[in-house]
Amino acid sequence: MRGHLRYLFVGMMFGVVFVKAEIVSWFRIQEMFRFDSFHMYGVIGSAVAVGMASVWLIRRVPITTLSGDPIVIRPKRFTPGVVYGGLLFGTGWALTGACPGPLFAQVGMGYGAILVTLLGATAGTWVYGAMERHLPR
Amino acid sequence: MLDVISRPWPWYVAGPLIGLTVPVLLIIGNRNFGISSSLRHLCAACAPAGLPFFTYDWKAERWNLFFVAGVMLGAALATWGLPDPEPFQVAAETRAALEALGVRDFSGVMPRDVFGLEQVLSLKGLVFMGIGGFLVGFGTRWAGGCTSGHTIMGLSSLQWPSLVASIAFMAGGFFGTWVVLPLVFRIVGGE
Repeated sequence: MRGHLRYLFVGMMFGVVFVKAEIVSWFRIQEMFRFDSFHMYGVIGSAVAVGMASVWLIRRVPITTLSGDPIVIRPKRFTPGVVYGGLLFGTGWALTGACPGPLFAQVGMGYGAILVTLLGATAGTWVYGAMERHLPR
Repeated sequence: MLDVISRPWPWYVAGPLIGLTVPVLLIIGNRNFGISSSLRHLCAACAPAGLPFFTYDWKAERWNLFFVAGVMLGAALATWGLPDPEPFQVAAETRAALEALGVRDFSGVMPRDVFGLEQVLSLKGLVFMGIGGFLVGFGTRWAGGCTSGHTIMGLSSLQWPSLVASIAFMAGGFFGTWVVLPLVFRIVGGE
């Protein structure tokens, strides 16, 4: 528990950014998919740029975790599901205006109905788990 | 100062802060950034139902649940602690297009006539929240990650499957916006 509070704290910082930069907004996601605003492209683009530079640095300088372990970045495996699942998620993203992170933030903002979306997303995850053996992956 | 941080933050402040989550999580605990996995851990914790996909040591991944709980708390903190003094703005073109589809409320970050509490039991609510949410959960798990796990973490570590995933996310989003949304509003918009 005590060791995990740091993640609660990082998550809080993240939630504040999500709200203050309006990444939680269904309208901002609509503006992105309609090419009416640069905002979300700027957010995602600069996030990836900073992430890339950080990982590049981590791989080049002898840096460890706080407890002294070597840093491990898990490989992402390619499967057909990356494409099929990606397309399904994208469609859902346009409807809900939220990827999983913003969903939690919207609930925190007091949009109680979004608990339904979160429940739907959990159900989707469960159904995937129930049928994954029969899907191309 | 408080006035400045209460106003909407520009992309060049928000984006780098989000990007920094990648090295911060790696350094404080060797954690690979990703959010949609939290839903899998929830399933594994609450309803594994003997399924192999949910039979693993989810407690070892508890950090992820702490993280999303933090996201919720942080969002509440920002909403009530740093309220935006100005009314919410929507790009004129997007607003016109959405008005033509039938969206009526532009006063907040989400339209109340689609995502309000009174929509929970309506057909509109079922489609946007129920089915939309289902697609988000099913799709991210099948793809092995969401915008954070693939687009931010995966692209940051130069993994090509994440590039394919990110392109699929955007393609799905364009399809959802330009094809599915008009269809859905035609069917359920009148409620």
